[in-house]
Amino acid sequence: MATKTGTRPYGYDDLRGLMSRMTGDEKHGPAATSTLDVLWVLYDRVLRISPNAPDDPERDRFLLSKGHGPMAYYAVLAARGFVPEEWLTGFGAYDSPLGHHPDRTLVPGAEIGSGSLGHGLGLAVGSALGLRAQGLTEPRVWTLVGDAEMDEGSNLEAVQYAGAVGLDRLNVVVVDNRSATHGWPGGLASRFEAEGWSAVTVDGRDHQALFDAFTAPHPGRPHVVVARVEAKDAAAVVQGTNVLRDDDEDEDEDRYPQSHHSAHSHQN
Amino acid sequence: MDTMRERFATVTTDLLDRDPRLALVLAAISADRFQDAARAHPDRVIDVGIREQLLVGAAGGLALTGLRPIVHTFASFLVERPFEQVKLDLGHQGVGAVLVSAGASYDNASGGRTHQSPGDVALLDTLDGWTIHVPGHPDEAEALLRHAAADGDRHVYVRLSEQANLAALPVSPGRFPVVREGRDAVVLAVGPMLDAVLEATSGRDVTVLYASTVRPFDAATVAATVSRSVRPDLVLVEPYLAGTSAAAANEALAAFPHRVLALGTRREELRKYGSWQEHVVGHGLDAGALRRRIDEFLEL
Repeated sequence: MATKTGTRPYGYDDLRGLMSRMTGDEKHGPAATSTLDVLWVLYDRVLRISPNAPDDPERDRFLLSKGHGPMAYYAVLAARGFVPEEWLTGFGAYDSPLGHHPDRTLVPGAEIGSGSLGHGLGLAVGSALGLRAQGLTEPRVWTLVGDAEMDEGSNLEAVQYAGAVGLDRLNVVVVDNRSATHGWPGGLASRFEAEGWSAVTVDGRDHQALFDAFTAPHPGRPHVVVARVEAKDAAAVVQGTNVLRDDDEDEDEDRYPQSHHSAHSHQN
Repeated sequence: MDTMRERFATVTTDLLDRDPRLALVLAAISADRFQDAARAHPDRVIDVGIREQLLVGAAGGLALTGLRPIVHTFASFLVERPFEQVKLDLGHQGVGAVLVSAGASYDNASGGRTHQSPGDVALLDTLDGWTIHVPGHPDEAEALLRHAAADGDRHVYVRLSEQANLAALPVSPGRFPVVREGRDAVVLAVGPMLDAVLEATSGRDVTVLYASTVRPFDAATVAATVSRSVRPDLVLVEPYLAGTSAAAANEALAAFPHRVLALGTRREELRKYGSWQEHVVGHGLDAGALRRRIDEFLEL
């Protein structure tokens, strides 16, 4: 297992400590870590990538489409040796490579820059097509989106096209914390299935269930895993404050600098 | 003579045969012109259907894996509709592409405003690092397409139009060649505006510069020719939104007092149909109107 120092492998239990380097807060509610388990299982057991060969053409591609609240992502990248642990304390600072939305040109291991919602799936479709066109048969392409992010119509263009052409090296994980403004009646998986995708819905905190869903065969079809975690609003109620919602799929907060700043003020 | 759009199809089909790094991404438009290429290269000729956000997003993904995508549809659906994809999926990701538009400002005159894109160059001008080719002839379009395909990982926009000059000039990205020497002032003709500009300025003692590549803007030649003129006056004649290159021109001439007249399509929506030739007249970009407007500005 890769680590920054090579002295001790980081495990899942270290992630919250790494996240606290960014926030100065030891406690993170469910909303702040909605993507944490999904990211960990992918990076620990599924993705064939290494910080020692970040440009290997044969590597799997993981595209974080939901660039909001990337603390869990940065923590996993640090744990896996892509990002120096020391960088975490500068999170969001002027000279830090680690912004509140990731920039692929600044973050080792980040395949895309994201933040504006609804871009990762299109980029993932193109990546899958590009790998296929170059005869690279091994690499798989993964992208992580949020259930509210799926409101963006650009995603539906990609879902429709990928299903129609059977782009089977494309994989999507939707972290579903029921934050879409008008919900997804009938569930998100059915929207993908209608377009010809393989679809599985699992508990987004159950590592074995996630692993099984991530590695389920899906010949001839793209694959989506809907990972259900605690509802965003329920998490906010539990916390009794929205201070810890900074890692959340709350697009409105993240799109307007004023509210965005106030939501992150506890970090200063 | 074929049109620029027809030449684009033959040249791109040839380029796909020669360079395995190239891929063509379409959104239904012009797909019928690439049937042979699609059969020859099924993995590198991709038609996503009428999905322009995916058109540009998928191009960004292809580029992330090391390919050089050529991306094509009408200008209104290539630059304006998926502008955030152009800004983020290409620019912010730091990956290149060649965007090739058809339709330009008023080619589809009878189609009305929905199929016209006079603001495309101005919009791309808000972004960093775009090379913008505006060929004035199918031969120039071919040369510039081949140049763009081989232009590393740069961001390149090739703007094809129905309107064309009678004769092609050698292309010279980054340089504005002098087409006619004069003493009084300088007129810069962009792409398919050249023939009308030469006719409009016949018998006038002005220098005519030509740009089939308008970005990068050749500030050195503009400054040198205007500074040598009897009067430091520059006229821009562009086949898209008037004033698109005014900021670049004023920056080029910042070292001395000067005047700039920026001609192009009018900002007000021209709610007329008909032909592109009628729209040229409607925007005051025919030779007769140009002569009146240039003479008035230069007090000739």
